[in-house]
Amino acid sequence: MILTNMNLGPVLPELFLLVAGLAILMLDLVLEENQRGLLHWFSVATLAGCAALTLQPSAEPVFLFNNMFVGDALSGVLKFAACAVTAVSLCYSRSYIAARGMFRVEFYALALFAVLGMLVMISANHFMVLYLGLELMSLSIYAMVALQRDSTKSTEAALKYFVLGALASGMLLFGMSMLYGATGSLNIGVVAQKIASGGANPVLNSIGVVFVVAGLAFKLGAVPFHMWVPDVYEGSPTAVTLFIGSAPKLAAFAFVIRMLAVGLAGLSADWQQMLIILAVLSMGLGNLTAIAQTNIKRMLAYSAISHMGFMLLGIIGANANGFASSMFYIIAYVIMTAGTFGIIMLLAGEQGEADDFDTFRGLNQRSPWKAFVMLLLMASMAGIPGTVGFLAKLSVIQAVVDIGQIWLAVVSVLFSLIGAFYYLRVIKLMYFDEPVANIALPGASESRALLSLNGIAILALGILPQSLMNVCVEAIRHSLHLA
Amino acid sequence: MFEHLLSLVIWTPILAGVLVLATGNDGNAGMARWVALIGAIAGLAVSLPLYTHFEQLHGGMQFVENLPWISRFNINYHLGVDGISMLFIVLNSFTTLLVVIAGWEVIEKRVAQYMAAFLIMSGLINGTFAALDAILFYVFFEAMLIPMYLVIGVWGGPNRVYAAIKFFLYTLIGSLLMLVAFIYLYYRSAGSFNILDFHNLRIADSWSGVVPLLGYSFTIPVQTMLFLAFFAAFAVKVPMWPVHTWLPDAHVEAPTGGSMVLAAITLKIGAYGFLRFCLPIAPDASVQLSGFMVFLSLVAVVYIGLVALVQADMKKLVAYSSISHMGFVTLGLFMFAKGQLTTEGVEGALIQMVSHGFVSAAMFACIGVMYDRMHSRQIADYGGVVNTMPKFAAFMLLFAMANAGLPATSGFVGEFLVIMGAVKANFWYAFLAATTLIFGAAYTLWMYKRVIFGDVANAHVAELKDINGREFLLLGILAITVLGMGLYPEMFISKMHASVNDLIAHVARTKI
Repeated sequence: MILTNMNLGPVLPELFLLVAGLAILMLDLVLEENQRGLLHWFSVATLAGCAALTLQPSAEPVFLFNNMFVGDALSGVLKFAACAVTAVSLCYSRSYIAARGMFRVEFYALALFAVLGMLVMISANHFMVLYLGLELMSLSIYAMVALQRDSTKSTEAALKYFVLGALASGMLLFGMSMLYGATGSLNIGVVAQKIASGGANPVLNSIGVVFVVAGLAFKLGAVPFHMWVPDVYEGSPTAVTLFIGSAPKLAAFAFVIRMLAVGLAGLSADWQQMLIILAVLSMGLGNLTAIAQTNIKRMLAYSAISHMGFMLLGIIGANANGFASSMFYIIAYVIMTAGTFGIIMLLAGEQGEADDFDTFRGLNQRSPWKAFVMLLLMASMAGIPGTVGFLAKLSVIQAVVDIGQIWLAVVSVLFSLIGAFYYLRVIKLMYFDEPVANIALPGASESRALLSLNGIAILALGILPQSLMNVCVEAIRHSLHLA
Repeated sequence: MFEHLLSLVIWTPILAGVLVLATGNDGNAGMARWVALIGAIAGLAVSLPLYTHFEQLHGGMQFVENLPWISRFNINYHLGVDGISMLFIVLNSFTTLLVVIAGWEVIEKRVAQYMAAFLIMSGLINGTFAALDAILFYVFFEAMLIPMYLVIGVWGGPNRVYAAIKFFLYTLIGSLLMLVAFIYLYYRSAGSFNILDFHNLRIADSWSGVVPLLGYSFTIPVQTMLFLAFFAAFAVKVPMWPVHTWLPDAHVEAPTGGSMVLAAITLKIGAYGFLRFCLPIAPDASVQLSGFMVFLSLVAVVYIGLVALVQADMKKLVAYSSISHMGFVTLGLFMFAKGQLTTEGVEGALIQMVSHGFVSAAMFACIGVMYDRMHSRQIADYGGVVNTMPKFAAFMLLFAMANAGLPATSGFVGEFLVIMGAVKANFWYAFLAATTLIFGAAYTLWMYKRVIFGDVANAHVAELKDINGREFLLLGILAITVLGMGLYPEMFISKMHASVNDLIAHVARTKI
């Protein structure tokens, strides 16, 4: 291999993150107890630097390492978003983890390595690289869930997550091996070509597709592979829930695009049917079950399931318009989730969790601004116009109507109506109910300014979405070469 | 000079609302009230040129603004008004001012938020009437729900939470189906969300399918499907029988200002939606389904009129009377004589809408005045109010008469025109519609008699104080408009005439 001829540009963010991740482990050894704040700033600076490194202009895809790794516009956007949202969530988490004895290097190192895994996934052009990134991300997250060692709930959640995650990885590997058997290659581009030219065994292909989609559905948390989501969301410390709920969704989206939109593009007739079922079930079960929840983290877990259903609506069309819509959806969703869990953490204060409805009762009387930001977030999740959530839903529904599946559009709006109910209930708690007297509101925190920005972003992107939409459309257009 | 007038009309109240919010908590309540008042006056002031500078001989869109908004979907910030929507914008700005006056000292908790909610809602409602882009319309149409939800839920009566959620979900159901219809039309019109493009779209095909498992195959014209999608959105908003049940709940629980806006404006958005979307986009389906629409309207007029008669709660009574009056509106909009809408019917419906805006606002304001003193809305708790509140009794008599449709008040003109149109379409329509003149008089005047006349019923009534200067101003303004509109309806009809004729001509052209 001749390294001198190689353009390492696209892989720089990963290299930088790897070095920084190792460095932070070293850094911890020389830090005094009271200097731990440095870990936080070091991680945030690393992620900021990494995000800056993703901003290199690369209009056309650049392939590296024997075509195993690809740097294109799509990966640039998703990597930037993943780094940015992780940096924001670290800022939200700081006082929360500090109060709960988790303000240690493990949290930051694991977070950085998980992000590294995501970046690798986002840029993967080879089944093995994809799997490598996925496992790096997943293993780091399993450990993060269990970070509160003495909490039985967390440990249980971590174990559940790990066992089911391993099962899903197994299915994914099985599917990949079938595809390898059919096409003779692990390289996504080559697989796509083989399938397109009709040189692959259709039976093996179909089996491969089924298992790959099942594995993907697990990672996304789509019904019927969603069982881990509520338990993990509820059992994890909220800082980790925030982490799981945000950036990995971007990586999973990249996974879907690389696998289905590129690698298995020729088999779209097979996976479209499966995705329709996954999407309808996710929207239905997610929204219906969320109504019955009394724990807000669990409710948001079911809401996440339904949002993944909505996101899949765009993928079903297997065209550039749909992919761009899903990409817009997932980015919008990640922004909303970050803010929502940020508020939950802010309200949690020094101990315990702010995950029952009582914490939100009468929030408007205790802190009108926080209540208003939460109002925006909930309205956005419900898809009320004026917020980015509405435009996200509009985009994917538009993509569904585009391919003539009007019934699917009607089904999705009916489920979003059901969804509106439980988001409204949170608004009701904050605005209509009287506060529960014995819950004090935590004092000022550094994350407040960031939360305000998050709320404003929901509104600003809801009113002026054009730039983000363009970014998504251009990224898909340049990376996938679709019409 | 008036290039950006509509933007000004939309954004002035919204900005004022944000400013009111900025005054902070109840320590600054006085300041919040004054800022809100100035904002409401400014909102009305900027909308008046719409009326004075409207070219009434010209039926098309005026004061048009068109800027690209979301170019990916060809969504534009496209505004414009015709003779129909212009009137409602002015009516809305006017009502907002009244709402601010009505809530002046009555609202004591979270004053800034209350005033801000109404101002922001006012801007959003103006946007709904002015939008010429379907998605822009939808954005305003839906975004309006959040402030109204909060108004009912925070400042409402005892059962407010139930009413607020019911209000929200009912309205959302229909509008989501409308959104799907918009997206469908977007593809039909080759990538345009322009409402005027939708109007000119030929939709002649049918949609056929097979019911899974049963094997029953069916064919539905696409126009009918579109009609039903819009019907779902607007019938709930009007509200038409049998999807009216959210309205009495919402009205009873809402604060006075909320009831005024609900009755005066938001109900009109439903009827306006029929005019702007259902009739011009699906004219053939409208002709076909006109019997169905007339049936629902007549049920509302007759049955809901009878329901109003037996109410024990004044606010509920006026709420049911609103539904009954709105039945008149939808009746006027969907009466076809020889395949053509009747001019009298449509103009009568529009006049009825504007008039009902004033009269129902006035009725709710009157009930608010009594409620603030007695904290009861039950008719049984009152009696002989005229003895202690003579000035108030005089005002309320006028509004009750207008509600009953007495000539020389605004209520008469609309009802009379609709009945005239109904005679053209079918004698029995007219016969049934005319019963409202009896029922309307019965429930309104009977309530008036029980509440106002007679001997002083109890010690609370004996202690009542007559209306103060603020209330006198509020009711006085309303009285002048109700009388003015009854005596000289031409000032409204002349503005809408050209647009109504255009609409009737458009609907008469088949799209098949």
